Amino acid sequence: MVNAPEQSVQSVVKVRGLRNQFGSTVVHQGLDLDVRRGEILGIVGGSGSGKSVLMRAILGLRPPQAGTIEVLGERIDQGASGRSLLRRRTGVLFQDGALFSSLTVRENVEVPIKQHYPAMSDSLRRDLARLKIRMVGLPVAAGAKLPSELSGGMRKRAGLARALAVDPELLFLDEPTAGLDPIGAAAFDELLVTLRQALGLTVFLITHDLDTLYAICDRVAVIGDGRILVSGPLSEVEDFEHEWVQNYFHGPRARAARQAGRAGS
Amino acid sequence: MTDRPDLQSDPERSGRLAATGDWRIDAVGGRGFSTAALPDDASGLDATAVEQLDSVGALVLVQLAERMGIEPAEIVLRDEHRPLVDAVIAASGSDEPEPDPEPAWVSFLAHIGEVTTSFGGGFKLFLGFLGLGVSSLLRTVFRPSRWRITSTIHHMEQTGLNALPLVMLLSFLIGAVIAYLGATVLKEFGAELFVVDLTTIAFFREMGVLVTAIILAGRTASAYTAQIGTMKSREEIDAMRTLGLDPFVLLVMPRLVALLVMLPILAAAATLSGMAGGMTVSAFSLDIGPDLFMSRIHETLNLRHYLVGLVKAPLFAVVIALVGCLEGFKVTGTAQSVGEHTTSAVVQSMSLVIVINALAAVFFMEMGW
Repeated sequence: MVNAPEQSVQSVVKVRGLRNQFGSTVVHQGLDLDVRRGEILGIVGGSGSGKSVLMRAILGLRPPQAGTIEVLGERIDQGASGRSLLRRRTGVLFQDGALFSSLTVRENVEVPIKQHYPAMSDSLRRDLARLKIRMVGLPVAAGAKLPSELSGGMRKRAGLARALAVDPELLFLDEPTAGLDPIGAAAFDELLVTLRQALGLTVFLITHDLDTLYAICDRVAVIGDGRILVSGPLSEVEDFEHEWVQNYFHGPRARAARQAGRAGS
Repeated sequence: MTDRPDLQSDPERSGRLAATGDWRIDAVGGRGFSTAALPDDASGLDATAVEQLDSVGALVLVQLAERMGIEPAEIVLRDEHRPLVDAVIAASGSDEPEPDPEPAWVSFLAHIGEVTTSFGGGFKLFLGFLGLGVSSLLRTVFRPSRWRITSTIHHMEQTGLNALPLVMLLSFLIGAVIAYLGATVLKEFGAELFVVDLTTIAFFREMGVLVTAIILAGRTASAYTAQIGTMKSREEIDAMRTLGLDPFVLLVMPRLVALLVMLPILAAAATLSGMAGGMTVSAFSLDIGPDLFMSRIHETLNLRHYLVGLVKAPLFAVVIALVGCLEGFKVTGTAQSVGEHTTSAVVQSMSLVIVINALAAVFFMEMGW
């Protein structure tokens, strides 16, 4: 893929000078980040480096101490105006799916549809929910189950179905493959690629999974020392001179993942 | 710029339908797409004129094609729409039906059955839990090294000390109300002085410990269930077991002991506070001054009255603590389950307290104590 010049590429998420802190602990300091339309951006960083905090800030769940965040051309920090449209155009998968435990899987998937399109007929809504459940690779019978009756991997898929319910342009995933077995994780990677191709998604993907990075990410951004250390295609990021980055991308696990990624592509 | 989604017969080729416009959920605000009468003889569907397509539009296209007997894979599409429609076709094929939910009357009957059997099972479970409590108490009581002193003191503070203001305030008000009631009735006989007897007997025999137990059933049983239930749902209880720790000794014993110690103390405070309430009302509206009130108490009150009241306190403590903890252990996973069992703990412990109190009152009266 040929990289288009920087100016012509449209950023769907634009973070500038972000500062987040808890009490006296500074998590982010002067963090800049761009997510381009149509890409899968992998966010990596050590434990506690503030990956999830960054996602929560972009989603507007946590007001930052300083800095600006723009999502799909809208400023995030301007109160609730226009938030509903933004919510419709973004989908989020939290770490353990965050399904509503009192609703069945299908009802979970119907929640965003009902919220954003109250006028949709019941039968079309049900068909749409079923379609999304099958699209993420769950059997239709899973739709009638409660989240507590599903395995961890199925809960993640159900969470993804809910995140995709109203065809968002921008998808946030918080460690989607954590806790899945390697076969399940690989299937999830494949699913993401298929869905991106079919739905034209932009994906913001927090992950620890090197296989996922090598298999599906177009670009990778590394968080460290409270900012984005480096972002770019994997081949560039790998060569970045920083101790953590070098350890991360040149450890034994990374070597294996790189070989697998090359063999796969 | 973009048009509403529409489906028309192609004027140039008969039998072929052409889809046009913007086939997205936004374009129609979620209302249905074109549902005009479909021709029966359609032999093909051309969607190359569709400007934009999302998964709802693709779903509707595929459904329309199926209704007209057109193979969905044969819909003519623009290249950029092909992956989406393929994904939709792949996901909608081989329809295994979702199992139908049970009819309402079946689940209603099932619910009645479940509740009925759970009465027996619940009682058995409670007896088992009681036995576990007694045996654990006996096993640990002679081994001070296994006492959880810090935890016990913590729970004493939580359930005892922190409840003290509430218990005293409510008993004071109840004492005042009983004195008023007594005054209203006894005034007609000119026997206002017996208000003192009424308040004294009521509080020392029944009300002091009963009010305390009811307050703690609401306040403490629910807290115990929510605490243990949340730990259960976060697998903390399983973690304890794998570490060789006994959750019963670790979680239930400190709570039980704390309540066993604190409930009689709170009951004593409630009794005094209720008497103070009665005394206040007597002084202000019946002209029975504190001196007269106190001397009348001395004439009326017998030690056995107090003992009859106090003997119920440990019983109530055991019921409240064990029901609260047991319901906590019954929690399974979800947030809803924590809520259900917390409600159940409060209802059960409160009803048990009142039932036991009634049985005890009958017993003591018949015995003439």
